[in-house]
Amino acid sequence: MTVAVIRFGGSNCDRDAVRALRTLGIDAELAWHADGLPADVTGVVLPGGFSYGDYLRAGAIAARTPILEEVRRAAAGGLPVLGVCNGAQIGCEASLAPGAFTTNDRSRFRCEHTFLRVETTDTPWTRAYEAGEIIELPIAHAEGRFVIEPGRLETLERDDRVLFRYCDADGRTIAAANPNGSTDNVAGIVGKTGAAVMMPHPERATLPDTGGTDGRGILRAFVN
Amino acid sequence: MPAFTATVTVRLKQGVLDPEAETTRQALERLGFDVEALRTADRFELDLAAADPATAEEQATEMTERLLANPTLHEYEVTVDRR
Repeated sequence: MTVAVIRFGGSNCDRDAVRALRTLGIDAELAWHADGLPADVTGVVLPGGFSYGDYLRAGAIAARTPILEEVRRAAAGGLPVLGVCNGAQIGCEASLAPGAFTTNDRSRFRCEHTFLRVETTDTPWTRAYEAGEIIELPIAHAEGRFVIEPGRLETLERDDRVLFRYCDADGRTIAAANPNGSTDNVAGIVGKTGAAVMMPHPERATLPDTGGTDGRGILRAFVN
Repeated sequence: MPAFTATVTVRLKQGVLDPEAETTRQALERLGFDVEALRTADRFELDLAAADPATAEEQATEMTERLLANPTLHEYEVTVDRR
């Protein structure tokens, strides 16, 4: 019974994710993508990094590996799946969630802390928070601008599937608080099967010594 | 089977921001050029064998739909030439 953190060539947040989960008492292990999902898997993390060197588009190649077919089936069966940063790009490329994360609006790599407003508490990923709560998580990406086809954002909002929006310290979702030009300040969403994709890094905000513990609530979705 | 080269051009849909193109345009302006707008595109050349041009185009189109283009961001065109 373990959460599988899937490692691709170029993943680099995989060990952090395992350590963060174990800190919370959640059994987790690395899974090399070509080995497939472990039989006793209880959840999946698609970690951050630069899988396949970001060739073609960030996440595009990893999204077409056979293990993602397994992950899609598992997600449809109710398994919790979380894609963080490059994992979020992979998740969208693999249709675990709609839209795409593409080049930041000012073509810069943004590595900083961001404030996020919790937009729904009606998901396993956000039930640990209060609605409207402001949390602080780090980002580190060059391709985090959330883009979605016209009309589909309204569907996401109607279905209450926006998890977080970038905001300022007071919770205002203003343009100045949007680090990458994401549509409507969206930082994370859930797909139809409940798989979550988000650019900020919850696993980097689980230990007090490394800048806060606001990410713990997201990872608690993996507690049975 | 006859040999073809399918050329796939993938570009951003109208209205999708292209920060790399804008940065490149600004660099051209710094060099003293006057450029109103600049658009970028990816071009893939696929050498393949197929019974006829229509089949070659069909194969290249499927490759584009499944990998080379992202339907959220891109539009594309496919042309086929005998090789």
